Amino acid sequence: MRNKLESVLLPLAVALGFVTVWHFAVKWTGSDIFPTPRQVLAGTWELVEKGVLFKFVVASLFRVATGYLLAVFIGIPLGLLMGWFTRFRMALNPAIQVLRPISPIAWIPVAILWFGVSDLAPIFLIFLASLFPITVAAMAAVQNIQLVYIRAARNFGIGGLELFKKVVLPAALPQILTGLRLALGVAWLVVVAAEMIAVNSGLGYLIIDARNAGKRYDLVVAGMAMIGLIGLGLDWLVRRMETLDEVRWGISR
Amino acid sequence: MIMHMNPHAAESRSPRAKIAVRDLWMTFKSPDKTKSDVHVLEDINLEIRDGEFVCIVGPSGCGKSTLLNIAGGFLQATQGEVLIQDKMVTAPDPRYIFIFQENGVFPWLNVEDNVGFGVKRPNPAERQKLVDHYVEMVGLTGFGKTYPRELSGGMKQRVEIARALAAEPDVLFMDEPFGALDYLTRLRLRAEVTQIWQRERKTVMFVTHDVDEAVQLADRVVVMGKRPSRIRDIVTVDVPRPRDLDDPECRRLRDHIFGVMGLDHSGLAAPGAAVEDDEEKSNVVNLNDRR
Repeated sequence: MRNKLESVLLPLAVALGFVTVWHFAVKWTGSDIFPTPRQVLAGTWELVEKGVLFKFVVASLFRVATGYLLAVFIGIPLGLLMGWFTRFRMALNPAIQVLRPISPIAWIPVAILWFGVSDLAPIFLIFLASLFPITVAAMAAVQNIQLVYIRAARNFGIGGLELFKKVVLPAALPQILTGLRLALGVAWLVVVAAEMIAVNSGLGYLIIDARNAGKRYDLVVAGMAMIGLIGLGLDWLVRRMETLDEVRWGISR
Repeated sequence: MIMHMNPHAAESRSPRAKIAVRDLWMTFKSPDKTKSDVHVLEDINLEIRDGEFVCIVGPSGCGKSTLLNIAGGFLQATQGEVLIQDKMVTAPDPRYIFIFQENGVFPWLNVEDNVGFGVKRPNPAERQKLVDHYVEMVGLTGFGKTYPRELSGGMKQRVEIARALAAEPDVLFMDEPFGALDYLTRLRLRAEVTQIWQRERKTVMFVTHDVDEAVQLADRVVVMGKRPSRIRDIVTVDVPRPRDLDDPECRRLRDHIFGVMGLDHSGLAAPGAAVEDDEEKSNVVNLNDRR
């Protein structure tokens, strides 16, 4: 009971301290441009009243969801196959290891060239950013499966696709889930960068537009806070999945 | 007390043997050309009757697990063959279930689903009955919905035994199934396995490095030597179950088996076998302490 209370009170105290320091830092330096916490709240409310905030949040989430789910549906099967079939891994792994360290940001000019200024460009970037961590996690997950599970299943006469469904996938799931969480974090980072350049809606666009059109730093910080809060929510969602009995055995904390 | 000496000559090749190991040799080819191949098993001949409980003991690294893996269809012998019911073993088979030392219980399934994993019956009611029956037999009633991560090592090994039995196999291969458990749990599980075996009468091939365990469980104990190992002796344990290890006959057989293993130990050590030597010595100490 005491621990639960502390886990709420301690972060709250830190947040309060942070906002206080922020407030006085702006006051004492006498900055005209950087907003106080109160101004950020007012800016946020302004965005809500104009109906912009909700629209932009939805636009960003839509892009992340589309690109990310595309990466999930391609990356998990691809990674499972690469983990299971040595030849497949031999053929594809070098390509993936070369593409993986290229920052998704570096793809922005290419994305604009291919898809123009449209939703497709950021979706493509998010897809790329999520695809590699998901694929690599699924591949490693299969390679790390303890041999004894495969042998036991074979002993019970399980083979082929059934082995994949009943043993390989569930055995790999915890590590895949960890990869999914990582990828979602990266996707959320990338959407903001992509929206700053390739489109004219979304939270990334809000930040860059607020700065360019009149140095509205209250709106810039409001957008940043929104991004942080939504990122927290997304991470919480995946963490909830990690507590399921089917995967909890293999989640390392 | 019946003691069957020199198995190579005297083994009668009756057609009724459940499991027959014939002229089996096993060499692990070294993938590294600079290192020499490892000769593990030499000229193994063994027959096991239907419903018999046979333990295989030997020093660590002697190849007794290799023998079991070949019999289970998980490894291919270099030479020779294993027949089960007169059919050559080439792959794992649901009629012959292997129980692993490292515990092969699936952590993503609860106890019931684990036990039901290998059940062949399509009828759900029958299936559930079978699962309940074996969950009860291993003393895990009430834990059906529990996941393995919440169970102790001994309970997990019980789940694996129940899972094997629920598949209704003819033969059980047990590869040091209690090796990772603490001493008291091991004692309790031995007693339970004896009871279960008395009810089910499966043919069991049980590998252990623990001589006490072998004497307590087996109808016959196959004693193997150091690598490359041959069968040194096959000892019949004609003591009614449940067995007390302090029973004079048990003691005598244990000393005899120990002598067979120990003889090998003095003097004849092969070069490069120092690690196994040490392990064997520590075995000796443990056995003496337990008396």
